[in-house]
Amino acid sequence: MHSSLWNDIPSFWYLILSALLFSLGVVGFLIKRTLITVFMSIELMLNAVNLSFVTFAHDWHQVKGQIFVFFVMMVAAAEAAVGLAIIISIYRSRATLNVDQIDLMKL
Amino acid sequence: MHLILFLIFAGFCLAGAVNLLLQTHPINSALSLIVVMSSLAVLYLLLGAEFLAIAQIIVYAGAVMVLFTFVVMLLNVGEEEKTHGSKVAKIVGFPAIFVFFSVITTVLLEAQRRLDMLKMGGIQLSDAMTTIRELSQVLFTDMLLPFELTSVLILIAILGAVALARKEGHS
Repeated sequence: MHSSLWNDIPSFWYLILSALLFSLGVVGFLIKRTLITVFMSIELMLNAVNLSFVTFAHDWHQVKGQIFVFFVMMVAAAEAAVGLAIIISIYRSRATLNVDQIDLMKL
Repeated sequence: MHLILFLIFAGFCLAGAVNLLLQTHPINSALSLIVVMSSLAVLYLLLGAEFLAIAQIIVYAGAVMVLFTFVVMLLNVGEEEKTHGSKVAKIVGFPAIFVFFSVITTVLLEAQRRLDMLKMGGIQLSDAMTTIRELSQVLFTDMLLPFELTSVLILIAILGAVALARKEGHS
């Protein structure tokens, strides 16, 4: 009873969901025009990868997969802090967040 | 039970992610991303990762998304300008993203099928739920150095964020 309760979902459903979320993140990264929404799409991709990590950890009964997700979360938190600080300083100097107008490094 | 919960929250996840793409105002996108992250926490719980489910809510849905909404409101970001994408982008884009999705799905499922046969060493999880005890035993013994390095990384990130967001001219 207990084991059937926890094991009746094939784990490839989770993997397909993870791939779908990652693809949606890629689409968002490419089509969004506001810098902050582009950044949100990156967070979505990170979350999709975390889901596949947890699924594989569950599949193989390995604790290291979950620890990897823990590290990804910490790095993503640090990345969000620095990224948003960069966004604030870009807004200060250019007064826009439109990615089409922030093209200083474009060839 | 498991199946119903999975279907509900996977649906929330996908709906949130699609809504993130369709909304033009950044604050709506941020709120949809909070929905995605909270449903992912429930899916982690279904997969037996109780610590990660809580950490997902505290770190992602809590801290990171509060930071996002804070910045959106601080900068008073308006609706994004509608640009009608070129026709080529639409014709190429949809098949390209479908191909991309198929490739990652194939790779993931193939990895699952292949590595299922391998016998994995190391610490085995006992049953459905990973307790915090099992997780912390590995985290504070085998992974102690990476764990400490993460704290240094976060310290540097805090300093970097302060240095970047500070007004020019103040020293």
